[in-house]
Formats: sequence, structure tokens, C-alpha cells
Amino acid sequence: MSEAYEPHVAEVTGQGMLTLRADLSAPEITAAIQSATGLAVPQPRQITSDADRSLAWMSSDEAMLFCPRAEIASLLVALSDALGEAFATCVDVSDARRVYEISGPGARECIAKLTPAPMAPERFGPGEMRRTRLAQVATALWMPAPDQVRLMCFRSVAQYVEDLLAVSAKPGGALRVFAD
Amino acid sequence: MSTRLAKGGRLIDRTAPLEFSFNGKRLRGYKGDTLASALLGSGQILMGRSFKYHRPRGVVASGAEEPNALMTLGKGATLEPNQRATTTELYEGLEARSQNHWPSLEFDVGAINSKLSKYLPAGFYYKTFIHPRPLWKHLFEPVIRRSAGLGPAPTERDVDRYEHFYWHTDILIVGGGVAGLQAALSAAATGAQVTLIEQTAHWGGRAPVDGGTIGGQSPAAWITGALETLRSARNVTLRSRTMGAGVYDHGYALAYERITDHAPDPEAPRHRLWRIRAKQIVTATGAIERPLSFAGNDLPGVMLASAVRDYAVNQGISPGDRTVVVTNNDDAYRTALALLEAGLSVPAVLDARDAATGPLPEAVRARGVPIHCGTGIATTLGKSRVTGVTTCLQVGEGAALETIHCDCVAMSGGWSPVVHLWSHCGGKLSWDTERLCFKPDPAKAPTGADGLPFVLPAGAASGISHLAAVLTDATEAGALAARRVGTEDMSSAHPHPVPDVSAPQESAIAPVWLMPQGASIEKRGKMWLDYQNDVKVSDVQLAAREGFESVEHTKRYTTLGMATDQGKLSNINGLAVLAGALDADIPDVGTTTFRPPYTPISIGAIAGEARAEIFQPLRHTPMHAWNDANGADWEPVGQWRRPYCYLQPGETQDEAVAREVLATRNAVGLLDASTLGKLLVRGPDAGVFLDRLYTNMMSSLKPGRCRYGLMCNDNGFLMDDGVVARIDAQSFLCHTTTGGADHIHQHMEEWLQTEWWDLKVHVVNLTEQFAQIAVVGPQARQVLSALGGLDVSAEALPFMGWVDGTLAGHPVRVYRISFSGELSYEIAVPADQGRTLWDKILEIGAPLGITPYGTEALHVLRAEKGFIMIGDETDGTVIPQDLGLDWAISKKKEDFLGKRAQSRSHMADPNRWKLVGLETLDASVLPDGAYVLGEGENANGQRVTIGRVTSTYRSPTLKRGIAMGLVLHGPDRMGEIVEIGLLGQGQVKARIVDPVFYDKAGEKQNV
Repeated sequence: MSEAYEPHVAEVTGQGMLTLRADLSAPEITAAIQSATGLAVPQPRQITSDADRSLAWMSSDEAMLFCPRAEIASLLVALSDALGEAFATCVDVSDARRVYEISGPGARECIAKLTPAPMAPERFGPGEMRRTRLAQVATALWMPAPDQVRLMCFRSVAQYVEDLLAVSAKPGGALRVFAD
Repeated sequence: MSTRLAKGGRLIDRTAPLEFSFNGKRLRGYKGDTLASALLGSGQILMGRSFKYHRPRGVVASGAEEPNALMTLGKGATLEPNQRATTTELYEGLEARSQNHWPSLEFDVGAINSKLSKYLPAGFYYKTFIHPRPLWKHLFEPVIRRSAGLGPAPTERDVDRYEHFYWHTDILIVGGGVAGLQAALSAAATGAQVTLIEQTAHWGGRAPVDGGTIGGQSPAAWITGALETLRSARNVTLRSRTMGAGVYDHGYALAYERITDHAPDPEAPRHRLWRIRAKQIVTATGAIERPLSFAGNDLPGVMLASAVRDYAVNQGISPGDRTVVVTNNDDAYRTALALLEAGLSVPAVLDARDAATGPLPEAVRARGVPIHCGTGIATTLGKSRVTGVTTCLQVGEGAALETIHCDCVAMSGGWSPVVHLWSHCGGKLSWDTERLCFKPDPAKAPTGADGLPFVLPAGAASGISHLAAVLTDATEAGALAARRVGTEDMSSAHPHPVPDVSAPQESAIAPVWLMPQGASIEKRGKMWLDYQNDVKVSDVQLAAREGFESVEHTKRYTTLGMATDQGKLSNINGLAVLAGALDADIPDVGTTTFRPPYTPISIGAIAGEARAEIFQPLRHTPMHAWNDANGADWEPVGQWRRPYCYLQPGETQDEAVAREVLATRNAVGLLDASTLGKLLVRGPDAGVFLDRLYTNMMSSLKPGRCRYGLMCNDNGFLMDDGVVARIDAQSFLCHTTTGGADHIHQHMEEWLQTEWWDLKVHVVNLTEQFAQIAVVGPQARQVLSALGGLDVSAEALPFMGWVDGTLAGHPVRVYRISFSGELSYEIAVPADQGRTLWDKILEIGAPLGITPYGTEALHVLRAEKGFIMIGDETDGTVIPQDLGLDWAISKKKEDFLGKRAQSRSHMADPNRWKLVGLETLDASVLPDGAYVLGEGENANGQRVTIGRVTSTYRSPTLKRGIAMGLVLHGPDRMGEIVEIGLLGQGQVKARIVDPVFYDKAGEKQNV
């Protein structure tokens, strides 16, 4: 009973995001993406990462590239060069979304109060990507590390998401049901 | 008089006294008491008044089924009415008030209704609604409104917080009695993920009260061991004070956790609604004892036999010195034994059966208690609490045999399995002719998406009662649930053992639906079925005589089972009486429908976190904070909040709008247009795709140029409009309306994914990537020039063109488009830089009088120019041709969405109402939605209408009312005067005019 419930919520700033639309099952596409980004194209509901870059599966023809903001312009060029004439669309969407990180004791429970996606350690962990909802808005969840959850939401609802997370992270709300 | 016994009470801690108040009176109980047991321990038997007749009522049950002891708890911001005293755990400082009485619980004026009961029969409302009607308004309604009703609604905002929790599990087991515990042990042994929830604070259910041995131990010792095993298992989650509230499709279940009701804590959420996905649900929900229907069975002091022994064993309560037990089964003898054990007197057991010979009756007999077989209660004695009973032959009409003085009657009419959760999602019931109960029919279980059962009952909820059978059944249920979720391999290798059980055998129950069976009408009018709603045997019989054969109809006619307890005690007795009155078998009459929640749950728990600021997500633009700080009078547009206008100190809305319009027409205005939809449509087939979506040609648009387009649905109706910009050979940026952005995105994806999957087109929603700022008015060019970095001359950036560049150091795309008729630039800038650029524009434009304007000024500006607005001029029934937009409908294109529909006869009908301008002769402003009046009346006796107003404003520019409307043959009637109805306030004359009221030649934007 002594375990604290102290989820820590912080916005991840300086995050660059690129939407990549292309047939993620086509070998020439996956090869081009890998050569331009250095990241393997993820399997469905997965996210691949290397240092400060990650590539998340969003749908069978959409991926989201996370990188430092400063790399956006060069990555757009690199992707354009690598993809050549292939049917693919790459767009900077860094300003359209916000990313938050929830860490500390109770991080999983804090999120599980708001999303129907399973948050138990045996059901969700690093390497996975979940598109779901956070209360009433769309979100996507992933875990950069075993004790950190990141989520993204649209920019216009950032205040709502911050308020949701603040309520959800309030002390006194511990359940202690996840075996982590 | 009830009181606390000197010893006993396995759940209470006599070293931890708690003070609480009841109707302002300070009373004392102990930790482990419920409010009901604490009141009984303080001698308070009278706990409320009934709904209709205001009869005095005491507690009748000891659990969730309690119909009488409803309390209002707390006050002010924590007030909560209709809380059951039996499920309210006592805490220090608890404040409770009884309900439904005036002026006091002890003396109630409304109880006179009881004397009038023969004038308030079943169906009273329905009968008197029809005739005599005037009596309702002047007599019945005022009287009934005064006397009916339970607790008061809270008047203050709830100070507590609530939350949801999403939980996924293999097996959800509802009910933590011995059956639930055993089912959990059995299922968990297979390795399945098991979640076990229990509505009370205590595990083990009734077993510790009812006795027997499990695995050679007392039930209490076995429960402790089972809990230890379960708590140490990593695959088991246990949750007490958590009630299974409902079972829904796809293994979805709701559980209601009461976190701080027993120990108020402002830090913690008060209630938590668990939203559970389970592969299998085991309902180990136990059973509820039924009352017996004898005259005066609602007097305080008449209680369920199980409740009497619960209070005695659990909380050390004496319900009275002398308790008469009345029963039709062996189980009630346990109550006699428990009372004898506590040193209390049982003057007699009245057993309606012909003989009582099982081990339990024999044990009672051995203690010297007289057992009167074939005997029932003719009537109870006493006014505000029971003081005795007169006995009678069960087979007779109720002639009194003898009078027995007592201060408690413990009644048992048998047990009904709690089948609610089994039934919520379609599980069917069967009638057990031996045990006289409806029980789950395993052949007709609720089924999931795969057509296979996903709910199974365990223990007493299955319709069995003997402890050994309960534990065997629970073991099998746990194993079966595990087998169904796919952990059967381990289950067959290591089946969980059934513990050895010893408990006395019980002989058969006898059907006793009326006591005595031949009771007179006078007696039947005093036999309560539904305590909370005051429904008696006579009411149900009257309903049957009046032709209400269906149990659902009878329920609604009599209100049987419609109270907050949803008939937990009354249902089976009521339908047995109905079956008797109809000469039908009970299973043929059937039950009413069981619907969630099992017992009422708080609205706060349902809302969860969604209250106050986060009741709904509100979408903010990058300029939201500036808008908010500068007088924005907010208007909801979808989930966005947009400024309707910017109010300056002392200004009215109308004054602000007029100021904003005039400043824009005469100098320069500034609009936060960030909410406009911005969809990037890209790919080799983008042009082909857009030609199919828009009514006009988009593929011919040249890079650097913009075109206004219309989008129709496949029924031809106008759905959205906006400006499309061609970015390059493969790319278009489609602007949509604010409300249409997500919908049109989805519309595009649907066509691409389901119909035109061969087209190579991607759609990316960039709505939120860019802030969009419109600089509008004669001075707009000066403002952009002053910002610097971009040539915005007429030559470099002509009307309907766009350029990329930088403005004041920000990367921008500037569209020269106009929704106002003025020289106008819409500047798209990455959203994170939107606020900075907005501030710079305000600063640079200040000497020119730059004026931010809101949505209403935007509307006025566009209406002055005759531009249509989706949602004003369109309502889902309007086609572009109605709006004179034929110019935007391509004649060359082979096809586009809506083309075929628009050629249907009704769409091509020349009598469709068409868009015109309307100018009142007296310059007044027409009401929105007003009708243009025609001649005569239609078949319904209504005035014929020949048009309606779609947009109407006061034009500050023209200093008069202007309007647009759809009018029959309107474009052919220019200059004609029509009459427009003022929504019941007379009518006004208006002239049909061109919808373009201002700058018809378009000179102002052509600079």
C-alpha cells in the first residue's frame, strides 16, 4: 500500500514530425525509407527507434517519423531523393500535433483512466504503437522506455489533453493493479 | 425495540465507536456497522416512509435489495438522496436523514393517503388522466406532487471527483462469496488472468453467517485461506466495494467502485467506474430472499429471515427480544438458531408446509421452540411497528388461531438467484419447479460476436443452494471459463480440487404466494409486494382483472418493480400473484426485463473525468489566448471556439459587429481563419480525383492559382465549399469549411479506400499545421507590404493567386482570395509561429486602424456580397442550382458526385425555391427562418408558404436589414413585393432583389 501514485506529465518540446504516406508493404518503399531515415519500417502497431528518431506505424499506408525539429528539412529532402518517382507523400506536420510524456509511479494507471487501450505491462510495452483515444479525443501511445509513456494529440486539443492528464495524475487515485 | 447485544458481531470492532447523526439526532455505532445496523443498534427501527401512502417503514433487508431504508446522506455539495442504509458503511460524522415525510418521520400528515388507498388503486393515473380531466389540474396533481417523491435533489455542485478505469481481463468474476472465491481459485489455477469483484467490503458472502464447514474448516477460516492464495497469485486482481453493474455486448462490463464512501477523503476520487473487457464473465452473484405476502407484512419489525440473522451474527444486533419466524422452507430455521444462539427468544416458527422434518427444523425443535406446521400469519399487529401476529391455517381464509406477541417477524418465502447480470446481455431463464425460482438456462447463455457463450453463472446464482453443490458448481464454472479463454491445457492437467463440504440437507420448499392462500380481499389489500412503490397483492390482481395479461404491462400499470430497487424483492412474488390471477403457470407469465445497472450508480461515476473544463474537448487556434484576452465573445463552431465578435468595454454585440464590419470595409480587418479545413490532396491522380469530388473542373487549375469549388454528396445536395489551390503538378490544397474539415477528409478517404482504390492519391489533413490569418480591406496590401519580404502587388499576386515566401521573417503561403468582397489576403503560417505573426500584423496595422473581427462580421461581410454559407443557405436539402451556382457546375465533365442525382425530376423541377436577396420596405431586419407567405391555406389548415429566409443581418455598410432567402420562382420575380411572416408577430413586406447588395461590379477586390 505504500507505493506512491505520482505520475509526472511533461510536454515534449522540439519534436519534429513527418507524415509519410506510401504503401508500407512495397519493398522499394521500405528500402527508400530506411535509407533516408536510418530506421526500419515498423510492422503493424509497432514503432522502431534509433537514438532520437522513431518511425511509427499508423496504418498500412501511413507512418509517422519523429525526429528533432532541426532535422525536418533535411529529412524531407532525403526522403524525396530516396523515394524518387514512387507514389509517396511526405509532409511536415510538426506544428499540427503535441507530444506529452508521462513517467513515474502510476504512469500506466494514469493513462488507463483515459484510454480504452490495454495498458497492462503484458499487453503494452516499448516497441508498440497504439492509435486510440484519450477520453474524447484521438491519440496515439507508445513507450520509449519501460517506465515512460508518450502520447500525441492534435494541437487544437492540447489544453484539453493537459487538463485531462492533470486530473488523471492527481494524488489519491492509485489503483496498484498493474504488476510492474 | 431493537438493540445492540452485549457480545457478538463478527464484523464490528467494539473498540472503534463512531458517531453519526440521524435526522439531527446524534447516535453511536461501531466500525464495521452499516448505517442500517447502527440505527437498529440505536433502537431506531423506523427508517422511512413509503412513496405513495407514507406508511411507516423499517429496514427489511441487509443488502443491496433493501427497498425501505433509503436515506439522504450529507448536505450541500455532498448531498445524495436515496442511499440504501444497508449498503452504506458507517463512518465518523456521517449525516443521514430519512425521506418522504412531513413534518417528521414519527408524525406524517401524508399517511392519510393510506386511509385513501382504496381511492388510489392500480392504474389510478391512467384512469384519471382520461376522465375526469379537470380534476387532474386542480385536485390530483397538486396532492400527488405534494405527497409523492423520495429524497431531494442536490442543489449545489458536487465537490467530489470521479473517474473511469479501463481494464482488460481474461475472466471477470462478479461476486466475492464462497462461490466467487472458489471460481477464482479454479480459473486462476489454469494461468488465466482473473479479476474478482465484490460489492461489499467483506469477502465470503453469506457463508460465515449460514454455517457449515468447507475443507474441514469454518467458512470464515476457509475464506481467509482462499484470499491468501488469490492475493499471492500474480494473475489475480481482487477488488472489494466494487459492484458488477452491467454486462454488455462483446464481453464489456461495468463495475462501480465506491472508493471513499466509507471513509471520506478529499484527495481521492469518490467513485470509479471500471470499464472492463473480459473474455468470459462468471456471475457468482448469489441469491436474494423473498418476502411472504401476508397482511401487514410491511410493518416495521417485519424483516427477511436472512437479514435478521445477518444483523445478529455480523453486527451483534437484537432485532427484538421475541422473534416469530414464518417460512415455507428450511433455510429460515437458521435464523431461529442464530437468535437462540444470541440468547434471544423465538416464541414460534410458523411453517406454511404440512411438515418440517429436516435437520434444521429438528435442531430448532430440539431447542424447545414450538413449530406450527400448515400455519401462517393472518395479520400482524401494531401500528408503527410490529407488536405481535395472529396465526391462521395456510389452507384457509385467515380465521385467527392464536395471537403471539413479538417485536420482530422473520419471514422467508424462498430464494431467488440474482440473475440480473446473466440477463443483461440476453441470457435466458428457466423456471425451477422444485426450488421455485427463475435460474439461468445454460443452454441459452448470452453470446459474443463468435456466437459462443461469454457469461456463465456460479453457485447460488445458478439456482442451487446447498453449500456442497455451490462449491462444486463454482469449481466447474471457473474451469469452464478458463477452458473457453483457452487455458484449458493446464486446467485438465491440474484441475482445481473441490473442497469437502458439510452442511445440513434441506427439504423442499412449498409454493406460498399468498398467506393464507384463500385470503380475503381486505387482507390482500394489506399484503405488500413492492414496498417502495406501495404495490399490493390486490393491485396486481386488479390489473389482471382489467386485462393486463403481460407482465410488462402489469408492471407499468401498477408500478410493480419500477422503484429504485427495480423489484429485487417484489418481482417474483408479483408475477406469481399475476400468474395466479390469470390461472397461468409462472414461467408462462415470465419476468420483466433486467436492465443495467444492478443497483443505482452515481451520475458522477458515469461522467468520470468529463466535467467543468473537460466536459468536452474545446479546440483552440494558435491565437486563442490573444482572442480570449481581447474581448472575444465566444461562439461554438463544431468543437472549436471562435470569437463571434471582440467586445470593447461598454460595447454591445451589435455595436461590436458594426464597428468590425465598417473598419474592414473602410480600412483593414483581421480574421483568425485558422479553423478552416486544409486538406493536401497529392498524387498522380489528384486532378482526376478532385474532378470527381467537386462539381466544377479542378484538374485544369494551373499551379499558383486558386478556384472556388462546390462539393455535393451522392444525392446531389450541396455538402461543402471552399477554395482549392493548385500547388504543383501532383498537389492541391483544398480548403473546407470549419465544420467540414474532418467530415470532408473522411469523405475523401472513404471514396479512395472503398470505391476508387485504383487512384493514386494521398490525402493529408493539414488543418492544424497552419495558422491562417486573413488581412482584409482597402489597406490590406499596405499591411502586407509593411511586414516586408514579399511582393504583394496586383501584378505579382493577382486575385485568385497564391505565392510562397516570407513575411516579417516567417515562412508563409499567401492566398489572394476574398470572402468579403474586399482586397484580401489569407496568410498560412506554421501554427507555432501563428501567434507571433498575428501580433506583428496587429502592431504594423495599428496606425491604419487594423481591427480584428469575429464570425458575425465575417457573416455580414459575405452576406452583403451575396456569398452563400454552408449551413445557412444549405441544410442538406439544397442543391447548387437552388443557389444560382450553375456557373460552378461543369457541363464538360463526364461525371462527378451528385451529377446523376441532380438530373432527377424533383431536382430539375422549376418549382424548387431559389436564392434571391430580400429587402424589407421599412429597412427592418427579418427574423431568421421566417417564411415567405403565399395565398390561402394548405390541406392541414396552415398558411401556404412560398419561400424562407436563410440569412438575415443588419448591414452596417448599407444601414438597413438585408437578407437572403429561397423563394418560389424567385430569380424571375426581381422587384416584386412579397409578404414575410414574423413568426406569429404579424408580417412585413419585402422586395425581391439581387442577392449581391454591395459592390455588384466587384471593384473593391479588383485592385
